[in-house]
Amino acid sequence: MSKPKKVITIGGGVAGTEVSSLLAELGYDVTLIEKNSQTGGKLNGWSHLFPTGRPAAQVAEFLQHKVQRNSFKTICQTDVSQVVFGNGSFLVKTSGDERLPADAVVISTGFDIFDATRKEEYGYSVYENVITSVDLENRLKAGAPITTAAGNKPCRIAFIHCVGSRDEKCGNHHCSKVCCVTGVKQATELAKQLPQAEIFCFYMDLRMFGLPYESMYREAQEKYNIQFIRGRLSEAAENADGTLQIKAEDTLSGRPLKMQVDLVVLLVGMVPGKNTAHMADLFELQREPNGFLQTEDPHLFKNRSSRKGVFLAGTCTGPMTVDETLDHARSAALDIHHYLQNK
Amino acid sequence: MKHQAKSIIWSDYQKTIPADGFYYLRSCIRQNFFPGSERAFLQIMQNDLGKDVFDDPKHTTCTGIAYHSDLLPFETLQTVVARQFALMSEAGYRNLAVSCVTSFGIYSEVLETWKEFPDEMEKARTYLRKATGRELAIPENVAHCSDIFYHFRNEIAARLQYPLINGETGQPLKIVEHIGCHYAKMFPGKGVGGAEFSCVLSGMIEAWGGEVVDYPERRHCCGFGFRQYLIMANRGYSVSNSKKKFESMEPYRPDAIICNCPGCTMFLDKWQYTIGELEGKTYGGEGRGIPVLTYEELAGLALGYDPWDLGLQMHQVDCEPLLQKMGIKYNPGLKYRGLKGEDLGKPVIPNCFNRAVHSF
Amino acid sequence: MNAFGFKLIEPRSIDFDQFDGRLLNEILEKEPSFKICLSCGGCTATCNAGTLIDFNIRKMNLLLRRGEITGLAREIDKCMLCGKCMLVCPRGINIRNVIMLLKKGLVQYRNENI
Repeated sequence: MSKPKKVITIGGGVAGTEVSSLLAELGYDVTLIEKNSQTGGKLNGWSHLFPTGRPAAQVAEFLQHKVQRNSFKTICQTDVSQVVFGNGSFLVKTSGDERLPADAVVISTGFDIFDATRKEEYGYSVYENVITSVDLENRLKAGAPITTAAGNKPCRIAFIHCVGSRDEKCGNHHCSKVCCVTGVKQATELAKQLPQAEIFCFYMDLRMFGLPYESMYREAQEKYNIQFIRGRLSEAAENADGTLQIKAEDTLSGRPLKMQVDLVVLLVGMVPGKNTAHMADLFELQREPNGFLQTEDPHLFKNRSSRKGVFLAGTCTGPMTVDETLDHARSAALDIHHYLQNK
Repeated sequence: MKHQAKSIIWSDYQKTIPADGFYYLRSCIRQNFFPGSERAFLQIMQNDLGKDVFDDPKHTTCTGIAYHSDLLPFETLQTVVARQFALMSEAGYRNLAVSCVTSFGIYSEVLETWKEFPDEMEKARTYLRKATGRELAIPENVAHCSDIFYHFRNEIAARLQYPLINGETGQPLKIVEHIGCHYAKMFPGKGVGGAEFSCVLSGMIEAWGGEVVDYPERRHCCGFGFRQYLIMANRGYSVSNSKKKFESMEPYRPDAIICNCPGCTMFLDKWQYTIGELEGKTYGGEGRGIPVLTYEELAGLALGYDPWDLGLQMHQVDCEPLLQKMGIKYNPGLKYRGLKGEDLGKPVIPNCFNRAVHSF
Repeated sequence: MNAFGFKLIEPRSIDFDQFDGRLLNEILEKEPSFKICLSCGGCTATCNAGTLIDFNIRKMNLLLRRGEITGLAREIDKCMLCGKCMLVCPRGINIRNVIMLLKKGLVQYRNENI
């Protein structure tokens, strides 16, 4: 290799940092463009990862360590503003007025968290004791005891599955995949922290797809007395004391059900990131009907976009767990390596 | 409850409400049950606010009751609606001020239908021409009258004689607002503040000094439901839904309920008596029931209109406790006098309401 | 029927705030395997009684879980205690023991309530 070929990675979350590290390790000239002030993405906000319960910071450190070992250029607080298509190459212009040539581009712009205020009937942002799974995860990470808005220990907590997922009215037909197990994980964490609390999960289906997930679900029932009620929350309303009245159908007994709870946790889903949509426009990429970026072949070429030389890594192609994101990033690195070698 | 967040949601659901020039479309039942309300709307708009509202004797019912009871085909409904629109245009107006929530829903539904299925509009145009010789026109704006009062709530507030303050305690009056289902549940974008957190009535209450009671069953239907109340045996559905609301609001000790829908006002008022008879349970302070008012009546009271001119003697639940709290001067002796002072006769006070505290 | 020709209807929703967990908690303590029911319905599909009469063992278990004790006593007498449900249960719940505990518990519950 005379002069190393240039790769630009757009988005420095789990997928972006991993793919960049690997490509740098393989000897490519990598530049990572990140819109936030630091890399690491949403992983930085997570407390513990399912199914192991390992602190998310450990994985973040691992990724960061790799970044440091394989030095590549990282430009933070920068957006991509324009792309010029060359003959098998790209010229990427940034919001910092840089002009970066590239032989290949990796898009790893990730997902956005569903905006729970759009489910108006759940009252997120209006009722103080309705929080999202992300809020809860952030609080768990901060190590603060989980309390109601008034600072009391919650006696009854309801987790609501599928918020913004499998919801055509919100424009999201897809299952966000990770929320079911996140719900079980968080419910278990709360049960450990608040052993006296009654904890309920309101679900439509429990999608425990990972090998150890079903055991987590079983453990949640058996060891932590978490109750699973099959029914989607229809609405939440606030009582005078700030507790919430929630209504759902207990579909397995075929009757409507209501209860008063102290805290409602909305398991918010994954939606295609605004930046992902922006990249689709700039690079003129095909998107799936649900807005995620389309891969060239859903079985065989899951890292290739509809444009030659533009590769995809991570949740810009659809909901994934952290582990799956890493796998996807690694396969992207290999695919790009083959592509650049044969170019 | 974080009110700031609500206003963010509200900002997504702001509709255009014209400043002036309304063609008034009345309700078919409000004039019977709350006979002063529509008159109060016209007087407040025309005299207090100096607006041009045209009350056209030619217009008819929207046929909503028959339509929602499956008695009338959609084609007929569309033709009647087309005639109302034609009358508006003939009178030289472009904006509708709709008195009834169901009519508002009907006009919105027909206009949306025509947008999606232009063939239907053409059919209605033909039927209208054949039946009446009139020409179809499309209104530029359809506002419910509560939208219009919401729009002018601050102008009304500037003229208030009796703000919604409890004169005895100096505290804001606690008021339950109830939005008719056909106002925004069919088309959330057509209601001020949307369907879940409509602010059309709460906006008025707050602008006029009151405090909105936000109770868990706030969004629940009053139970009116056309099929329910038309068939006697089904009225149990209707009254049970209202009961659910009363049970939920009772701990907040509301001073009054205000509604923007004819059906809701009627049933939330009259079912209190029915529940009293059936179960011996009366809501509100001292067994008097919770007064139920239309927003026009509330505005009228606050602006200093005479309660009996507003038709409050027609209510099932006595409004006197509210009048006393607001410090309104009224003559109890004129409650059952007609316009010319004639004796209208007094109704029997049902046993279920506390006679001891009754005004006479 | 009263003079109105209609009457108020009691809500049929499950009200968790009226939850009576006495029976449930006792059974869960003595037969912890009952905690892990998935409500898959395997038991009901194979139930000898349920194929002949209106008896749904999954639903009955669910009623217990919801603290809805009224009506359980009549339902439970329909079980023939054949134990076939246990053969199909994917999580190996000792359903027959749940039934026996429930029968005992109901007697005790009745006595307590007198």
